[in-house]
Amino acid sequence: MSEKPLLDIKNLRVTFPTRQGEFEAVRGVSFTLGRERLGIVGESGSGKSMTGRAILRLIRPPGRVEADRLELEGIDLLSLDEKAMQKIRGQRISMVMQDPKFSLNPVMNIGDQIMEIYRFHTGASKKAAYEKATEMLEAVSIRDPERVMRAYPHEMSGGMGQRIMIAMMLVTEPEILIADEPTSALDVSVQTQVLSIIDRLVRERGMGLIFISHDLNLVSAFCDRILIMYAGRIVEVCEAARLNEATHPYTRGLLGSLPRLDEPRKRLSVLQRDADWRETESVSGRQ
Amino acid sequence: MAVAENNGTGRRASPRFLKVLVKILKTLGSVLITMLGLMFVTFLIGRVMPVDPVLSVVGERAGKDVYDAAYRAMGLDKPILVQFGYYLWDVLHGDFGISLLNARPVAEDIKRVFPATMELATLGTFFGVFIGVPLGVVAAVKRGSWIDQVARVVALVGYSMPIFWLGLMGLLIFYGILGWVGGPGRLDIFYEDLIPTRTGMVLVDSLLAGDWTVFKNALSHIILPASILGYYAMAYISRMTRSFMLEQLSAEYITTARVKGLPERTVIWRHAFGNIKVQLITVIALSYANLLEGAVLTETIFSWPGIGQYITTALLSADMNAVLGGTVVVGLIFVLLNIFSDLLYQVFDPRAK
Repeated sequence: MSEKPLLDIKNLRVTFPTRQGEFEAVRGVSFTLGRERLGIVGESGSGKSMTGRAILRLIRPPGRVEADRLELEGIDLLSLDEKAMQKIRGQRISMVMQDPKFSLNPVMNIGDQIMEIYRFHTGASKKAAYEKATEMLEAVSIRDPERVMRAYPHEMSGGMGQRIMIAMMLVTEPEILIADEPTSALDVSVQTQVLSIIDRLVRERGMGLIFISHDLNLVSAFCDRILIMYAGRIVEVCEAARLNEATHPYTRGLLGSLPRLDEPRKRLSVLQRDADWRETESVSGRQ
Repeated sequence: MAVAENNGTGRRASPRFLKVLVKILKTLGSVLITMLGLMFVTFLIGRVMPVDPVLSVVGERAGKDVYDAAYRAMGLDKPILVQFGYYLWDVLHGDFGISLLNARPVAEDIKRVFPATMELATLGTFFGVFIGVPLGVVAAVKRGSWIDQVARVVALVGYSMPIFWLGLMGLLIFYGILGWVGGPGRLDIFYEDLIPTRTGMVLVDSLLAGDWTVFKNALSHIILPASILGYYAMAYISRMTRSFMLEQLSAEYITTARVKGLPERTVIWRHAFGNIKVQLITVIALSYANLLEGAVLTETIFSWPGIGQYITTALLSADMNAVLGGTVVVGLIFVLLNIFSDLLYQVFDPRAK
């Protein structure tokens, strides 16, 4: 491949000590991210969210993040101290989480929350930050941004909250956005709207997107490339458009358990898990 | 989308004003009912006590006619509800009756003793807040560390040590042996009545009079009892702060704040602490009210002429007018502090509007 990747990850592991010994949530995951939309799909507990949080080094002790390589455009993220990492977070890599009801601070008004991240990273004046924030709210299709700036999160609907979250996380123009199940808590009717906003902004700005989801259909429609995770490892990597050609039995199982309008069936197949999958080596998602 | 639409401004100011007015009226109504109930219950208890108030006024050797005259003069021949009505009328005019013990108006006595308690309780609460809150926050942030353990032990000691023991030990060590602080009482006898009484709080009065020597003496007297009361307040406040903070620190918006790249200090104090302010205010107000009700033991040990000591003495000598007066004042304070913390709720929590 011609372009240097934004993110280069090799053998990423996330470990938590427990009473029963070490628990490995992520067990040696390797992939690269260019200016593309990369989907990570897997069931609950497959380690997909942990992978996203490990990139931002948000795993709190006693949890540990280790990797042979975890680089953002040549910067070794694991060797950075906390202060340098704070400059990366929010400014170069951002994250949108599942439910805006919980991910926005309930006692701070929306304007202050957006201006906070912008002013912290750019040192802009209050006035400039205010203008930037309203501009950003407009970019996520919020009408009457001035009023929303003064409002509090509980006055917003879910879809609005998530768009505000996106505006907040993109106001500093980061290169990478990690979207961790950004539409799972939303009504189906607003999911598409939020997705198209993410899509438009990521394209316009030439960003890299890591889209974490358990929804295979959604990911295949929305992303360029898909990593399928199972038990902390990547079991299969494929182009989104060629998902139906996937070969791994887990992926086939996931696909088979989806109901389809064009092929109605009396009974959906049940996902069969094989103990061997757990132990097979991780597939590399590096390009 | 339409959810935010009803948050009107400007034009819709008048229904909002009405809403506030209704709220104020409701609050006042509940205060009135609470106070009425409190007064009625204490009044009733005072009347059913097997103490003859007439006897304590006229003395044992008074004749029958003198006794009857006093009985009628005190309104005791009327039905109890009418008596209560008279009492209520008097209280509304600031008259709590005459103390049976020292024949002075109870209202005056309370005016004299209450500032002493207030001074002590306020200083104690200050200690409790300024040490307890940061301690609780640090204990939550560094959960499981040695600081957390130390904070836990300190609070546990605060909860479980009897105050009279702590007070006596404090007096023995810091006053008796080391001589660092003043002894019991509010001032050394030499300094008493040197400054004009304005607020009744010696620290404030001496400052107002610009008399530093009196101020220093008063401070040396108050510091020990205030620290001991403050220690109890601190134990309570720090534990509550810790558990409030732990709840917030695991919330998702804290992760958001970290994703934003904010330094941990900002994450903790602006985001997490910003969310516990409201709960904390209630805790502090309650703890203040507790101290204001009169820390009877502390006031006794330190010969502090406060309301706790006043009510206790009145109770022991069956001086019901004084007991009633004291109870009403304490009750009123409790209710007022509750309203105050309710009001602050409105200010700090946007969801309460």
